[in-house]
Amino acid sequence: MNVDVIKPGVLSTLQDLGRVGFQRFGVPVCGVMDEWSHRIANLLVGNPAHEATLEVTLMGPSLRFTEAALIAITGASLSPRIGEHAVPQGTPVLVGAGSQLDFGRRVAGMRAYLAVRGGFAVPSVMNSRSTYVRGAFGGFDGRALRKGDALVIGASDVEDPLMQLAAKLRAGTLPFATLDDPPELPPAPSGSLPTTVRVMAGQQWDAFTPQARQALCEAEFRLSPQSDRMGFRFEGPKLALTEPLEMISEAVAFGTIQVPPDGNPIVLMADRQTTGGYPKIASVASVDLPILAQMTPQQALRFTLISLEDAQQLYLARERALAGFAKQVEALRRS
Amino acid sequence: MTGSDADARNAGGAWQIAPLGDRALIVEFGQRVEREISARARAVAQQLLRTPLPGVTDVVPAFTTVALHYRPEAFTGTRAPYEQLRDQVEALLARGVASEHDATRVIEVPVCYGGEFGPDLAEVATLCKLGPDEVIALHAASPHVVYMLGFAPGFPYLGGLDPRLGVPRRATPRTTVPMGSVAIARDQSIIYPLETPGGWNLIGRTPLRLFRPQSEPPCLLQPGDEVRFVPIPVERYRALEGGE
Repeated sequence: MNVDVIKPGVLSTLQDLGRVGFQRFGVPVCGVMDEWSHRIANLLVGNPAHEATLEVTLMGPSLRFTEAALIAITGASLSPRIGEHAVPQGTPVLVGAGSQLDFGRRVAGMRAYLAVRGGFAVPSVMNSRSTYVRGAFGGFDGRALRKGDALVIGASDVEDPLMQLAAKLRAGTLPFATLDDPPELPPAPSGSLPTTVRVMAGQQWDAFTPQARQALCEAEFRLSPQSDRMGFRFEGPKLALTEPLEMISEAVAFGTIQVPPDGNPIVLMADRQTTGGYPKIASVASVDLPILAQMTPQQALRFTLISLEDAQQLYLARERALAGFAKQVEALRRS
Repeated sequence: MTGSDADARNAGGAWQIAPLGDRALIVEFGQRVEREISARARAVAQQLLRTPLPGVTDVVPAFTTVALHYRPEAFTGTRAPYEQLRDQVEALLARGVASEHDATRVIEVPVCYGGEFGPDLAEVATLCKLGPDEVIALHAASPHVVYMLGFAPGFPYLGGLDPRLGVPRRATPRTTVPMGSVAIARDQSIIYPLETPGGWNLIGRTPLRLFRPQSEPPCLLQPGDEVRFVPIPVERYRALEGGE
């Protein structure tokens, strides 16, 4: 079956958990910006975590399903609907053959994720289906979706118990069907207002002035519109070094906060380069990266300092929550 | 930053291990860009690629460092995953890692110097108080070695540039540098594997494709490779460009 692209949206790309293992060749990892939403979406439709989802940015696409498909939409609320009917998010949805899924007004967040049971069958490049738009490889033809594209969906067992929804779909009046008793989602990553994101001190933390370190933890920073999948630029108090620092390029990671000479911090995101030569004042805790991924330009946040040990404890707790949720969905499939 | 046991074994301060966020760590072997430090980082990276540590997903050598990206959930001990991996790396380094004895690959890279392909050649020559032909001869004769790949897919940084060719980066970077451009700045050379902005001095261009996403491995050059630049005339460039 196909998902036909009627309207592409502003930036809709296939992404998975990233191009792992090729950074030594200078190949960016790419992958989803919001790992949490991606993983929940795949779990809801019974896909493995590494299956690609469609990352939909701000203004979403219009997609037609040539056959009935089990889908899940997570992440940003971008008013998905089929015909006149709003499609619920965070739950498995069986859409009927020929249905057209449209995204509309943004209610909250920046990036929504669409998982389709069976996954998007695009060739894997360097072990990943993630799109690297700058490098023009991976995903669908190495680019964002365009009008007229046809995304092939991989084969899946139609015997999936959730396909019991088929009877409901036939009996109902809606163009889609959902479970009466949907699985309860684990608590999503969220910051208090204004958005607070937890960070760990970086390797050059001590090279920054006391004022800069204090500002990072206390001041508000605003997401610059000059931000993209590669890096999030923030505007706020300028972060200065005590004295100029001669840096030698070395590896960077998802969430590394580097500070170029202009003093405005940049958080490195999914399409980041593999190495960098700017001082690293801090790193965003992995568990809070999904919060960043859902920020809109001009939105403000605060950073708050935690220890590496705490960040890793939070990370492991998050993994346990996801594993628990996976079990719950699995039980639902077997019931 | 390192634990007390580790410090005892690392009395010479031959390396430093520090976290890079909660899913990576960096081992540093020195604070100067030089051949021996780079070779050591590469040897450790090679060792970690030959015998991967559980949970490590990416090994990234750079000029003076090796980074290990890892999955914290792969570490089952009670201590923080960072501490567990750091101790494993410390143990590995304390046992000693043989420097690379694999035969060094020598890769010939044909370059058409000057003209439209090397618009900065004349300026570099003036800065170095040399003739353009002397710049070409010195560049071709320099014992270049690939220190690292970074910045962009397949983008090599090469050490070994003849000190007589040491020029600073351009004051204003170009917004686009053509694919295959060979450029120098300070004590290094680079080759742009794709069209990108760049501030280095363009002295020539190679018709070779450095990065092919569908190939295995995707890069023509690997860290540790020796590179010999071979001057070619424009006709040869055109012929090779077609053949590539």
